[in-house]
Amino acid sequence: MWFEDAVFWILAVVAIAGSVGVVLVRDLFRASLLLSLVFIAVGGFFILMNAEFLAVVQVLIYVGAIAVLFIFAVMLTRDVQRGNTPNRLQVPAAFIATLLLVMMVATVVTTDWTTLAGAGLENKSRVAQIQAVGIPDAARLTAAGLTADEVTDVQTGGLADLLIGEFVLPFEAVSLLLLAAAIGGLALARGRGR
Amino acid sequence: MSLESMLIVAAIIFCIGLYGALARRNFIAVLMSIELMFNAVNLTLVAMGRWLVPFAVQEQLSTVLTGQVFAVFIITVAAAEIALGLGIVFAVYRTNESVDLTDAATMRH
Repeated sequence: MWFEDAVFWILAVVAIAGSVGVVLVRDLFRASLLLSLVFIAVGGFFILMNAEFLAVVQVLIYVGAIAVLFIFAVMLTRDVQRGNTPNRLQVPAAFIATLLLVMMVATVVTTDWTTLAGAGLENKSRVAQIQAVGIPDAARLTAAGLTADEVTDVQTGGLADLLIGEFVLPFEAVSLLLLAAAIGGLALARGRGR
Repeated sequence: MSLESMLIVAAIIFCIGLYGALARRNFIAVLMSIELMFNAVNLTLVAMGRWLVPFAVQEQLSTVLTGQVFAVFIITVAAAEIALGLGIVFAVYRTNESVDLTDAATMRH
Protein backbone atom coordinates (compact mmCIF):
# COMPACT_ATOMS: atom_id res chain seq x y z
CA MET A 1 0.00 0.00 0.00
CA TRP A 2 2.75 2.49 0.91
CA PHE A 3 4.42 1.60 -2.38
CA GLU A 4 1.29 2.58 -4.34
CA ASP A 5 1.09 5.85 -2.41
CA ALA A 6 4.75 6.65 -3.03
CA VAL A 7 4.38 5.98 -6.77
CA PHE A 8 1.21 8.08 -6.84
CA TRP A 9 2.87 11.12 -5.26
CA ILE A 10 5.95 10.85 -7.46
CA LEU A 11 3.74 10.67 -10.56
CA ALA A 12 1.62 13.58 -9.30
CA VAL A 13 4.70 15.79 -8.82
CA VAL A 14 6.07 14.81 -12.25
CA ALA A 15 2.72 15.40 -14.00
CA ILE A 16 2.02 18.77 -12.38
CA ALA A 17 5.57 20.09 -12.74
CA GLY A 18 5.60 18.87 -16.33
CA SER A 19 2.37 20.64 -17.19
CA VAL A 20 3.57 23.87 -15.59
CA GLY A 21 6.68 23.51 -17.73
CA VAL A 22 4.62 22.93 -20.90
CA VAL A 23 2.76 26.18 -20.29
CA LEU A 24 5.66 28.36 -19.12
CA VAL A 25 8.82 27.15 -20.89
CA ARG A 26 9.83 29.55 -23.64
CA ASP A 27 11.41 27.03 -26.00
CA LEU A 28 8.57 25.17 -27.76
CA PHE A 29 10.75 22.13 -28.49
CA ARG A 30 11.40 21.65 -24.76
CA ALA A 31 7.70 22.19 -24.12
CA SER A 32 6.80 19.30 -26.41
CA LEU A 33 9.35 17.04 -24.71
CA LEU A 34 7.84 17.99 -21.33
CA LEU A 35 4.40 17.25 -22.80
CA SER A 36 5.44 13.68 -23.59
CA LEU A 37 6.74 13.40 -20.00
CA VAL A 38 3.26 14.39 -18.75
CA PHE A 39 1.69 11.81 -21.10
CA ILE A 40 3.93 9.07 -19.65
CA ALA A 41 3.04 10.14 -16.09
CA VAL A 42 -0.67 9.95 -16.95
CA GLY A 43 -0.06 6.45 -18.32
CA GLY A 44 1.47 5.60 -14.95
CA PHE A 45 -1.69 6.85 -13.25
CA PHE A 46 -3.72 4.54 -15.51
CA ILE A 47 -1.61 1.56 -14.43
CA LEU A 48 -2.14 2.54 -10.78
CA MET A 49 -5.90 2.54 -11.40
CA ASN A 50 -5.91 -0.98 -12.93
CA ALA A 51 -6.48 0.37 -16.46
CA GLU A 52 -3.54 -1.38 -18.10
CA PHE A 53 -5.06 -1.39 -21.58
CA LEU A 54 -5.58 2.38 -21.44
CA ALA A 55 -2.00 2.85 -20.27
CA VAL A 56 -0.71 0.99 -23.33
CA VAL A 57 -3.02 3.01 -25.60
CA GLN A 58 -1.86 6.21 -23.89
CA VAL A 59 1.80 5.49 -24.56
CA LEU A 60 1.15 4.30 -28.14
CA ILE A 61 -1.12 7.14 -29.25
CA TYR A 62 -0.07 10.12 -27.14
CA VAL A 63 3.67 9.56 -26.78
CA GLY A 64 4.10 7.64 -30.01
CA ALA A 65 1.92 9.71 -32.32
CA ILE A 66 0.74 13.02 -30.87
CA ALA A 67 3.99 14.09 -29.19
CA VAL A 68 5.94 13.23 -32.35
CA LEU A 69 3.44 15.25 -34.44
CA PHE A 70 3.97 18.20 -32.10
CA ILE A 71 7.74 17.96 -32.43
CA PHE A 72 7.41 17.89 -36.23
CA ALA A 73 5.10 20.91 -36.12
CA VAL A 74 7.53 22.85 -33.90
CA MET A 75 10.45 22.04 -36.19
CA LEU A 76 8.56 22.96 -39.39
CA THR A 77 7.05 26.25 -38.21
CA ARG A 78 9.56 27.50 -35.71
CA ASP A 79 9.40 31.19 -34.77
CA VAL A 80 12.93 31.23 -33.40
CA GLN A 81 12.95 34.85 -32.27
CA ARG A 82 9.65 34.85 -30.44
CA GLY A 83 9.19 31.34 -28.99
CA ASN A 84 6.34 30.70 -26.60
CA THR A 85 5.30 34.23 -25.62
CA PRO A 86 2.22 35.12 -23.54
CA ASN A 87 -0.57 37.36 -24.87
CA ARG A 88 -2.39 40.23 -23.18
CA LEU A 89 -4.92 37.93 -21.49
CA GLN A 90 -2.35 36.57 -19.02
CA VAL A 91 -3.83 38.05 -15.83
CA PRO A 92 -7.53 37.30 -16.56
CA ALA A 93 -6.56 33.79 -17.71
CA ALA A 94 -4.67 33.12 -14.47
CA PHE A 95 -7.63 34.48 -12.51
CA ILE A 96 -10.18 32.28 -14.33
CA ALA A 97 -7.99 29.16 -14.03
CA THR A 98 -7.41 29.72 -10.30
CA LEU A 99 -11.10 30.35 -9.70
CA LEU A 100 -12.05 27.15 -11.52
CA LEU A 101 -9.39 25.20 -9.60
CA VAL A 102 -10.67 26.47 -6.24
CA MET A 103 -14.25 25.59 -7.21
CA MET A 104 -13.33 22.07 -8.36
CA VAL A 105 -11.19 21.31 -5.33
CA ALA A 106 -13.94 22.58 -3.01
CA THR A 107 -16.48 20.35 -4.76
CA VAL A 108 -14.22 17.30 -4.56
CA VAL A 109 -13.48 17.84 -0.88
CA THR A 110 -17.05 18.58 0.25
CA THR A 111 -18.79 15.82 -1.74
CA ASP A 112 -19.52 12.68 0.26
CA TRP A 113 -18.27 10.00 -2.15
CA THR A 114 -19.70 6.51 -1.70
CA THR A 115 -16.74 4.60 -3.02
CA LEU A 116 -16.65 0.98 -4.10
CA ALA A 117 -14.54 0.14 -1.08
CA GLY A 118 -17.37 1.47 1.08
CA ALA A 119 -19.87 -0.73 -0.75
CA GLY A 120 -17.62 -3.78 -0.40
CA LEU A 121 -17.12 -3.97 -4.15
CA GLU A 122 -13.47 -2.97 -4.53
CA ASN A 123 -12.23 -6.52 -5.00
CA LYS A 124 -14.83 -7.27 -7.68
CA SER A 125 -14.06 -4.11 -9.62
CA ARG A 126 -10.37 -4.97 -9.52
CA VAL A 127 -11.15 -8.38 -10.96
CA ALA A 128 -13.43 -6.91 -13.62
CA GLN A 129 -10.85 -4.36 -14.64
CA ILE A 130 -8.24 -7.04 -15.24
CA GLN A 131 -10.62 -7.99 -18.06
CA ALA A 132 -9.37 -5.09 -20.13
CA VAL A 133 -6.51 -7.25 -21.38
CA GLY A 134 -7.25 -10.94 -20.93
CA ILE A 135 -9.64 -13.63 -19.78
CA PRO A 136 -8.86 -14.71 -16.22
CA ASP A 137 -8.82 -18.19 -14.83
CA ALA A 138 -12.15 -19.33 -13.33
CA ALA A 139 -10.42 -20.95 -10.35
CA ARG A 140 -8.70 -17.68 -9.44
CA LEU A 141 -11.98 -15.77 -9.68
CA THR A 142 -13.68 -18.26 -7.36
CA ALA A 143 -10.76 -17.94 -4.99
CA ALA A 144 -11.28 -14.15 -5.07
CA GLY A 145 -14.75 -14.72 -3.60
CA LEU A 146 -17.07 -14.49 -6.62
CA THR A 147 -20.13 -16.67 -7.08
CA ALA A 148 -20.58 -18.83 -10.19
CA ASP A 149 -22.88 -16.28 -11.88
CA GLU A 150 -20.42 -13.47 -11.26
CA VAL A 151 -17.59 -15.57 -12.67
CA THR A 152 -19.43 -15.96 -15.99
CA ASP A 153 -20.29 -12.26 -15.96
CA VAL A 154 -16.64 -11.32 -15.49
CA GLN A 155 -15.41 -13.82 -18.05
CA THR A 156 -17.74 -12.53 -20.75
CA GLY A 157 -17.16 -8.90 -19.81
CA GLY A 158 -14.34 -6.59 -20.74
CA LEU A 159 -13.46 -3.49 -22.69
CA ALA A 160 -13.81 -5.07 -26.14
CA ASP A 161 -17.15 -6.60 -25.19
CA LEU A 162 -18.50 -3.20 -24.08
CA LEU A 163 -17.11 -1.45 -27.16
CA ILE A 164 -18.79 -3.69 -29.72
CA GLY A 165 -21.80 -4.46 -27.54
CA GLU A 166 -23.37 -1.67 -25.56
CA PHE A 167 -21.33 1.16 -27.12
CA VAL A 168 -21.42 -0.02 -30.74
CA LEU A 169 -23.12 3.16 -32.01
CA PRO A 170 -20.53 5.64 -30.63
CA PHE A 171 -17.85 3.19 -31.82
CA GLU A 172 -19.10 3.42 -35.40
CA ALA A 173 -19.55 7.19 -35.10
CA VAL A 174 -15.92 7.51 -33.99
CA SER A 175 -14.75 5.46 -36.98
CA LEU A 176 -16.69 7.85 -39.24
CA LEU A 177 -15.06 10.79 -37.41
CA LEU A 178 -11.60 9.33 -38.03
CA LEU A 179 -12.40 8.95 -41.75
CA ALA A 180 -13.62 12.56 -41.90
CA ALA A 181 -10.48 13.72 -40.04
CA ALA A 182 -8.22 11.85 -42.47
CA ILE A 183 -9.95 13.39 -45.51
CA GLY A 184 -9.97 16.84 -43.89
CA GLY A 185 -6.28 16.56 -43.01
CA LEU A 186 -5.47 15.68 -46.62
CA ALA A 187 -7.54 18.61 -47.92
CA LEU A 188 -5.86 21.04 -45.49
CA ALA A 189 -2.36 19.82 -46.25
CA ARG A 190 -2.87 19.95 -50.01
CA GLY A 191 -3.70 23.67 -50.00
CA ARG A 192 -5.43 25.73 -52.66
CA GLY A 193 -4.83 25.43 -56.39
CA ARG A 194 -2.28 22.63 -56.26
CA MET B 1 -3.96 7.29 -3.24
CA SER B 2 -7.69 7.87 -3.10
CA LEU B 3 -10.47 9.16 -5.31
CA GLU B 4 -10.16 12.67 -3.88
CA SER B 5 -6.40 12.97 -4.40
CA MET B 6 -6.67 11.66 -7.96
CA LEU B 7 -9.48 14.11 -8.78
CA ILE B 8 -7.51 17.01 -7.30
CA VAL B 9 -4.41 16.15 -9.33
CA ALA B 10 -6.58 15.99 -12.49
CA ALA B 11 -8.18 19.34 -11.61
CA ILE B 12 -4.76 20.96 -11.20
CA ILE B 13 -3.58 19.65 -14.59
CA PHE B 14 -6.85 20.79 -16.20
CA CYS B 15 -6.52 24.34 -14.82
CA ILE B 16 -2.88 24.60 -15.93
CA GLY B 17 -4.02 23.56 -19.40
CA LEU B 18 -6.85 26.10 -19.31
CA TYR B 19 -4.43 28.88 -18.39
CA GLY B 20 -2.11 27.85 -21.20
CA ALA B 21 -4.92 27.70 -23.76
CA LEU B 22 -6.08 31.20 -22.81
CA ALA B 23 -2.79 33.01 -22.27
CA ARG B 24 -0.39 31.81 -24.99
CA ARG B 25 0.13 33.42 -28.37
CA ASN B 26 1.68 30.47 -30.20
CA PHE B 27 -0.82 28.22 -32.00
CA ILE B 28 1.12 25.02 -31.20
CA ALA B 29 1.41 25.91 -27.50
CA VAL B 30 -2.37 26.37 -27.34
CA LEU B 31 -2.88 22.92 -28.91
CA MET B 32 -0.48 21.42 -26.32
CA SER B 33 -2.49 23.00 -23.51
CA ILE B 34 -5.69 21.52 -24.96
CA GLU B 35 -4.01 18.10 -24.92
CA LEU B 36 -3.23 18.63 -21.21
CA MET B 37 -6.92 19.30 -20.57
CA PHE B 38 -7.92 16.12 -22.48
CA ASN B 39 -5.53 14.09 -20.33
CA ALA B 40 -6.93 15.56 -17.12
CA VAL B 41 -10.47 14.64 -18.19
CA ASN B 42 -9.34 11.09 -19.01
CA LEU B 43 -7.78 10.79 -15.55
CA THR B 44 -11.06 11.92 -13.97
CA LEU B 45 -13.12 9.43 -15.98
CA VAL B 46 -10.87 6.48 -15.17
CA ALA B 47 -10.73 7.46 -11.48
CA MET B 48 -14.53 7.66 -11.34
CA GLY B 49 -14.78 4.25 -13.01
CA ARG B 50 -12.19 2.80 -10.63
CA TRP B 51 -13.73 3.99 -7.38
CA LEU B 52 -17.39 4.75 -8.14
CA VAL B 53 -20.03 2.83 -10.04
CA PRO B 54 -23.64 4.00 -10.42
CA PHE B 55 -25.79 2.22 -7.88
CA ALA B 56 -28.19 0.88 -10.51
CA VAL B 57 -25.52 -1.03 -12.40
CA GLN B 58 -23.46 -2.42 -9.54
CA GLU B 59 -24.91 -5.87 -10.10
CA GLN B 60 -23.44 -6.21 -13.58
CA LEU B 61 -19.69 -6.32 -13.25
CA SER B 62 -18.77 -5.41 -16.84
CA THR B 63 -20.25 -1.93 -16.40
CA VAL B 64 -17.33 -1.17 -14.07
CA LEU B 65 -15.38 -0.47 -17.25
CA THR B 66 -17.71 2.28 -18.56
CA GLY B 67 -15.29 5.05 -17.51
CA GLN B 68 -12.49 3.39 -19.47
CA VAL B 69 -14.71 3.11 -22.56
CA PHE B 70 -15.36 6.86 -22.39
CA ALA B 71 -11.61 7.46 -22.04
CA VAL B 72 -10.96 5.36 -25.17
CA PHE B 73 -13.42 7.54 -27.12
CA ILE B 74 -11.80 10.73 -25.81
CA ILE B 75 -8.35 9.52 -26.85
CA THR B 76 -9.68 8.84 -30.37
CA VAL B 77 -11.33 12.25 -30.64
CA ALA B 78 -8.15 13.90 -29.32
CA ALA B 79 -6.08 12.16 -31.98
CA ALA B 80 -8.44 13.35 -34.74
CA GLU B 81 -8.48 16.86 -33.27
CA ILE B 82 -4.70 17.11 -33.15
CA ALA B 83 -4.29 15.83 -36.72
CA LEU B 84 -6.69 18.49 -38.00
CA GLY B 85 -5.35 21.18 -35.66
CA LEU B 86 -1.80 20.73 -36.91
CA GLY B 87 -3.11 20.75 -40.49
CA ILE B 88 -4.68 24.13 -39.76
CA VAL B 89 -1.39 25.30 -38.17
CA PHE B 90 0.45 24.51 -41.39
CA ALA B 91 -2.24 26.19 -43.51
CA VAL B 92 -2.02 29.35 -41.36
CA TYR B 93 1.77 29.24 -41.46
CA ARG B 94 1.72 29.07 -45.26
CA THR B 95 -0.44 32.16 -45.64
CA ASN B 96 0.81 34.26 -42.69
CA GLU B 97 4.45 33.12 -42.35
CA SER B 98 3.88 32.85 -38.57
CA VAL B 99 2.01 30.70 -36.06
CA ASP B 100 1.01 33.65 -33.88
CA LEU B 101 -2.68 33.50 -32.98
CA THR B 102 -3.05 37.29 -32.76
CA ASP B 103 -1.84 37.53 -36.38
CA ALA B 104 -4.31 34.86 -37.43
CA ALA B 105 -7.29 36.35 -35.59
CA THR B 106 -8.92 37.68 -38.77
CA MET B 107 -9.25 34.13 -40.23
CA ARG B 108 -8.95 35.24 -43.85
CA HIS B 109 -6.11 35.30 -46.31
